[in-house]
Amino acid sequence: MIEVDISKNLNSAQGKFTLSLKLRIEPGEFISLFGDSGAGKTTVLRCLAGLELPDTGIIKSGGETWFDHEKNIMLPARNRHAGYMFQDFALFPNMTVRGNLEFALRPGAKKRRVDELLEMMGLGELQKRKPDTLSGGQKQRVALARALSAEPKLLLLDEPFSALDHATRVRLQDEVVRLQRHFGLTTVMVSHDIGEVYKLSQRVLLLENGRIINQGAPAEVFKVGLHAANKETRGKFTFAAEVLEIETADVVFAVTLLVGNQIVRVIATSEEVKNLQQGDRVMMMSKAFNPVLVKVGI
Amino acid sequence: MSYDLQPLFLTFKLAAITTLILCVIGIPFAYWMAFTKFRFKPVVETLVSMPLVLPPSVLGFYLLLAFSPQSFFGFFFENFLGLKLSFSFSGLVVASVIFSFPFLVHPVQSGFQSLPRSLSEAACTLGKSRWQTFTQVLLPNIKPSLLAGVVLSFAHTIGEFGVVMMIGGNLPGETKVAAIAIYDEVESLNYAAANFYAVVLFAVCFVILLTVYLLNRKLFMKIA
Repeated sequence: MIEVDISKNLNSAQGKFTLSLKLRIEPGEFISLFGDSGAGKTTVLRCLAGLELPDTGIIKSGGETWFDHEKNIMLPARNRHAGYMFQDFALFPNMTVRGNLEFALRPGAKKRRVDELLEMMGLGELQKRKPDTLSGGQKQRVALARALSAEPKLLLLDEPFSALDHATRVRLQDEVVRLQRHFGLTTVMVSHDIGEVYKLSQRVLLLENGRIINQGAPAEVFKVGLHAANKETRGKFTFAAEVLEIETADVVFAVTLLVGNQIVRVIATSEEVKNLQQGDRVMMMSKAFNPVLVKVGI
Repeated sequence: MSYDLQPLFLTFKLAAITTLILCVIGIPFAYWMAFTKFRFKPVVETLVSMPLVLPPSVLGFYLLLAFSPQSFFGFFFENFLGLKLSFSFSGLVVASVIFSFPFLVHPVQSGFQSLPRSLSEAACTLGKSRWQTFTQVLLPNIKPSLLAGVVLSFAHTIGEFGVVMMIGGNLPGETKVAAIAIYDEVESLNYAAANFYAVVLFAVCFVILLTVYLLNRKLFMKIA
């Protein structure tokens, strides 16, 4: 079990704010930190990895103290056994795919582990290639395999799929789930993609200005389906959206919304748009009765 | 007609020893410069770059004072290391190391700085020590910069004239390097010998620099 209770002053584009959070992570759990960029998600991850120093507080993992401000303890990243997957993958350009994995082996570890990982991730064909010759998805797989090669007790993923196209993203998400279950790895992922968080994590922490404003199972936090807090939203389609434009059309209003990557235009009543303005985040709901489903190929 | 080859031999010996010493102290120094948060780093950077702009005679003058057995520096070298620095080959080596320092440090430092920080962080999270990260991740990934640094400092030492003149004088077999020999031969109107040294230096420097550019192109093509 990992216990975190830290705070750190941060400077962001929006000004100064204090990152302050308290959290317990159960062994084998997959949790996500969700929030806008600049909310302090990556900083939390870097503090866990030992790449950044919190101002105060403690971080404990199992019986080990990783950080204790009062006792002046700071376990360096190299002793934490925390695998970190960087946004830019940080593969070593001078080594082959296999070389990257072998470099990550702990002293005394068997080389067979590399073979197993290469096979498991479908990297056998690529093992002699240098990272610069790989596609984004392949690099991502190598980065994941390399992190696992070092036998981490904790896996930290920093927006692992943000640089990938949709099809590759979906395939790799499945792979991450499979490996995470296979190794029973405690995993913390940073993401700002609802779909990804919903699909992968058991628990999601909503971060805003350095504070946890909500947490729980993704369905509860994002208030969808049967978990919805009130009757009004229960059993309906619910989409998080951003208001792009509000127009008057006689008695009703036409609101243009950004839902995911799609722009939709819906009719709203004057009551609904009363407190709305451009840039607001809204939930758009609709009755989930007899929708049309069409399968699309990925 | 046969020419005295000693000045040439001395020149390359000086350049080789200087470059070797520079690698040993310059590369770790460049690493420190690239990543330090030291408050007075700009001052250190300025000091390192001074030989690029100072007239060699200025540096040579102060080195001459420092090398004299009456100064602390010269006294220390002579009594504890048994090296006489003024008007000697060891003195030339020390001066060349100081004088060629920026030629090694600058390319290597910018090489380190151009590497993404995530590379060393990744090595760290994989449990690797600073030394392992330095030798296995950082150094192999700045090969073109290392090559540029080594060759530039070697070539620059071959070409050094002013400092050598100030602190080395013109002792055959000890401090009379090729650049000095040319000056010497011209002064005694022996143009043929001067031409010989000049042509050799020209050819050697040309070949060295050409090799660097060719190698670097190959290295870059490998990466691309």
